[in-house]
Amino acid sequence: MDSLPAFDTDAIAEGPAGPGTPAPTFLDRLFDAGLLVRTGVDGLYGRSGAFESVVEALDRLVSRLGGADGAEVMRFPPGMSRKTFERSGYLKGFPHLAGTVHSFCGNEADHARLLACVEAGKDWTEKQEATDIVLTPAACYPLYPTAAARGPLPQGGLLFDLQSYCFRHEPSLEPTRMQLFRMREYVRMGSPDEVLAFREQWLDRGTKMMAGLGLPLAVDLANDPFFGRAGKMLANNQRNQNLKFELNVPVNSVEKPTACLSFNYHQDHFGTTWGLTQADGSVAHTACVGFGLERITLALLRHHGLDLARWPADVRATLWG
Amino acid sequence: MVSDEVIKDILRQNEAMSGLVDTLGENDDLFEKGLDSFGSVQLMLALEERFEVEFPDSLLNRRSFSSIRTIRETVTKLTVGAAA
Repeated sequence: MDSLPAFDTDAIAEGPAGPGTPAPTFLDRLFDAGLLVRTGVDGLYGRSGAFESVVEALDRLVSRLGGADGAEVMRFPPGMSRKTFERSGYLKGFPHLAGTVHSFCGNEADHARLLACVEAGKDWTEKQEATDIVLTPAACYPLYPTAAARGPLPQGGLLFDLQSYCFRHEPSLEPTRMQLFRMREYVRMGSPDEVLAFREQWLDRGTKMMAGLGLPLAVDLANDPFFGRAGKMLANNQRNQNLKFELNVPVNSVEKPTACLSFNYHQDHFGTTWGLTQADGSVAHTACVGFGLERITLALLRHHGLDLARWPADVRATLWG
Repeated sequence: MVSDEVIKDILRQNEAMSGLVDTLGENDDLFEKGLDSFGSVQLMLALEERFEVEFPDSLLNRRSFSSIRTIRETVTKLTVGAAA
């Protein structure tokens, strides 16, 4: 049988299947079923056609739910301008998660030394220098300066539809914590009332969407994984102001469920950072809803089994019509 | 000694606060006056360095840095605790 057992405490504990035989982890089972493909790096995986069919169906489902809102679709590559990244403030909160793109910037002699180091198994990165590109940490980061460059928002604000591979340097054996993953987002820009109404609407839509996929869930107040002691203060501030909610589904464990959707109110952070203004000239507020496409896929595989053909008919109908 | 003047000197280092410091009363809400989350973190770190204290996790929140008076009282307790 190639589907996981029911999601109960025995299954989560991943206890021994027999004397001296540890039960395979969820990640092992995903590899064994060919749904994920090993690369040798924790959190960096290939995806099978079946896995991708779920990701693509979820992407379409999100489009159906938000399609009538008239969002402007924009797609950026998974790299963004380093200057934009620096100005965004990401390094203040998440220096530990950032990924920079470096390239060889030496001469021919340096090239020879590089090859010798590779041959000898030594550090070969001495002449690697930071390029103008960093890996995108969240799908919406390239958007704010782009929107601000257009001038003040029109009356009623703007709505954008984004999707991108994103990078976060957090190697882990939990399949839900990938280093490169896809994030689908809707981003609303406007007055505080407008962006908060948008967030409320998606809290409702997102909850119904996930319940409709047969997933157990809970929506909880949350905080971002800010770095260090200063980060504790930022996290406390974020919670005290109800800025972030997450829709959690138990995937790796019941005790530490996985955030599959997040609903974020940035207040005027990006508006101030990028000089993004409302039609009346006041600073724009922003909010976003983010869908972790791989995480939702993994939640479905965990709860409905690794054989997509045997998923509940209503779930299959929702995803594939 | 934790004086309002020393706290104001530290607040002057904050971009949003620098032009307002001399007009601030001890009970004025610093966040209403323009201090943001990152600014409050920088304020926390500067206070720790100046007064050689460490804010415990329970005090790492906006409330602890909401006014000059709150900061004075909090840091005073920490310095007394450190000296005891």
